[in-house]
Amino acid sequence: MRWRATARKRPDPVTRYAAGRLVESLLVVALMSFVVYGLMAAMPGDPIDVMVQSDPHLTPQDAARLKALYGLDKPLLERYGNWVAAAVRGDFGYSRIHNRPVLEILAPRLWNTLALMGLTLLVSLALAIPIGVASALKPYSPADYAVNFAALAGISVPAFWLALLLIMLFSVELGWLPAGGMGGLDAGDGAPTLWERARYIVLPVAALSAATVGGLTRFVRAATMEALRQDYVRTARAKGAGRWRVVFRHALRNALIPVATVLALGFGTLFSGALITETMFGWLGMGKLIYDSIIGNDYNMALVSLLFATALVLFGNLLADLCYAWLDPRVSYR
Amino acid sequence: MSAPRRRSLARLTFERFLEHRMALASAAVLAVLSLAAAGAPLIAAWLALDPNEVDLLARYAPPSAAHPLGTDELGRDVALRLLYGGRVSLLVGLSTALIAAVIGAVIGLAAGYYGGWLDALLMRLTDTVIALPLLPLLIVLAAADLEKLGVPAELTAAPETGIWRIVVIVALVGWTTVARLVRGAALSLRERDFVLAAKSQGASGARVMFRHILPNAVSPIVVATTLSVGNIVLLESVLSFLGLGIQPPVASWGNMLTNAQETIYEAPLLAVWPGLAIFVTVIAFNFLGDGLQDALDPRALGR
Repeated sequence: MRWRATARKRPDPVTRYAAGRLVESLLVVALMSFVVYGLMAAMPGDPIDVMVQSDPHLTPQDAARLKALYGLDKPLLERYGNWVAAAVRGDFGYSRIHNRPVLEILAPRLWNTLALMGLTLLVSLALAIPIGVASALKPYSPADYAVNFAALAGISVPAFWLALLLIMLFSVELGWLPAGGMGGLDAGDGAPTLWERARYIVLPVAALSAATVGGLTRFVRAATMEALRQDYVRTARAKGAGRWRVVFRHALRNALIPVATVLALGFGTLFSGALITETMFGWLGMGKLIYDSIIGNDYNMALVSLLFATALVLFGNLLADLCYAWLDPRVSYR
Repeated sequence: MSAPRRRSLARLTFERFLEHRMALASAAVLAVLSLAAAGAPLIAAWLALDPNEVDLLARYAPPSAAHPLGTDELGRDVALRLLYGGRVSLLVGLSTALIAAVIGAVIGLAAGYYGGWLDALLMRLTDTVIALPLLPLLIVLAAADLEKLGVPAELTAAPETGIWRIVVIVALVGWTTVARLVRGAALSLRERDFVLAAKSQGASGARVMFRHILPNAVSPIVVATTLSVGNIVLLESVLSFLGLGIQPPVASWGNMLTNAQETIYEAPLLAVWPGLAIFVTVIAFNFLGDGLQDALDPRALGR
């Protein structure tokens, strides 16, 4: 995470750090675009070949003409160059399945994914911080062992299986919550009430939270125990600060600093989890879009959504890193 | 008056590990699971069953003496398929973790020992790989047509290729934790006197790294590799579940769940067993890693 800037003296080191990281993230996205573009060319089922197979009237000459029309007969590097030139102008091309510009499809999906991931993060923090601290205050007690077991279970349960179990229990057996979909938002029949929409997000958030809560709880516990051993906590106790004041003002605040780094590094994993959860529950987000596009040979859609997902994750990572500097005044970006 | 009992470091470590009851239980569970998976062909021969044998007259059979966990939607024995799926999951998990550990150790050693721009470059690469959304990338890598990437057709048709392909692509992204840990260890170890002694005797960089530094960094590598097996089993199962990993009819816990999802109303239990198998395996590797960490970490002594 350390960024070594050049020795030139400029006023605001945080801005410089952020700018450097931003440039770096853009470089990573550019590199990814090249690699993924190349991989997309190696996908089974060239769109023109699919057309030829499904339409017996197409002659090989027609196919060649179509390939020339879409520029598919040119070498890979030239095609990539053309794609980049168009993308820089804001033209990301069309989706083969949806027959619409990819950005039009992408925008609402982005919000749905952000809602799912944001809610999951909130729920995870709201559960992990109190449980982790309580566990750290009574280490090696039966309750601490139970928490550790539950946290490891959360990390170890396959997300797609947990989703299946949740659907079996809460939708099929009990009938309390819908098994999937988005409450009419996906079908386009009017705007569902907030309550209706909330009912549809409960199970996806629960399935996605298990791993995050588990990982964070273990981390909060370890960080709190570490903080409680520090000199500043002993000093606070010696000064006669109350028990809760010591825990919350002195220990927890310092313990949350490493938690911020774990969150920062966790965005990629969270997005991977979101892909599984969205696919299981029919939640129309970026993850499901990427998966459906790859399975449906919609390679331009897959490429662009994968790049946006990468940018989203790297940006979240950068944001959390900046929070880290804000939380911990000892951090300096020399 | 008895002489103070001498205990070697290995013995102390072993005793600390024995105190970790969950890790001990996990080691036992994994041993039984590995034995059963390794002996699956023997069990199949003994029961006179084939894990891929379709029997449409015995679909969705309830548990019985002939089929301990019943049969699936094609009348195949569920228990036997679970064992064969375990062979795939454990094989993929262990071999991928080993390959990833080797890649991570080499990268971490080079970064930590040589330092400078090489360290900066390698660690930025590591941080970037950690931050990326890996599952969509793995899906792309798993979906690409190997023939278009220049792999001969006779290789792509073999069922083993599907397994090794998963091993390779997961190892490509799974080396990061080991690399960071080894780099950290190498950074502090390279300043030690025994490294100076080796260098002054004319040892080459490679010899210092692999003979002097690496053996002292074994503990974190063992812990990180054990913990990564669980993650890899999870990744393999989700790729197979999505139809991009181990391809049917070869059984894997992931692709057994794909079928079970479709028949969840007729036979909900079919969706329980493979998931439970994944869960138990992964949590066992995680407990084992925890136990090894406590046993190998000298700081744990005073607690």
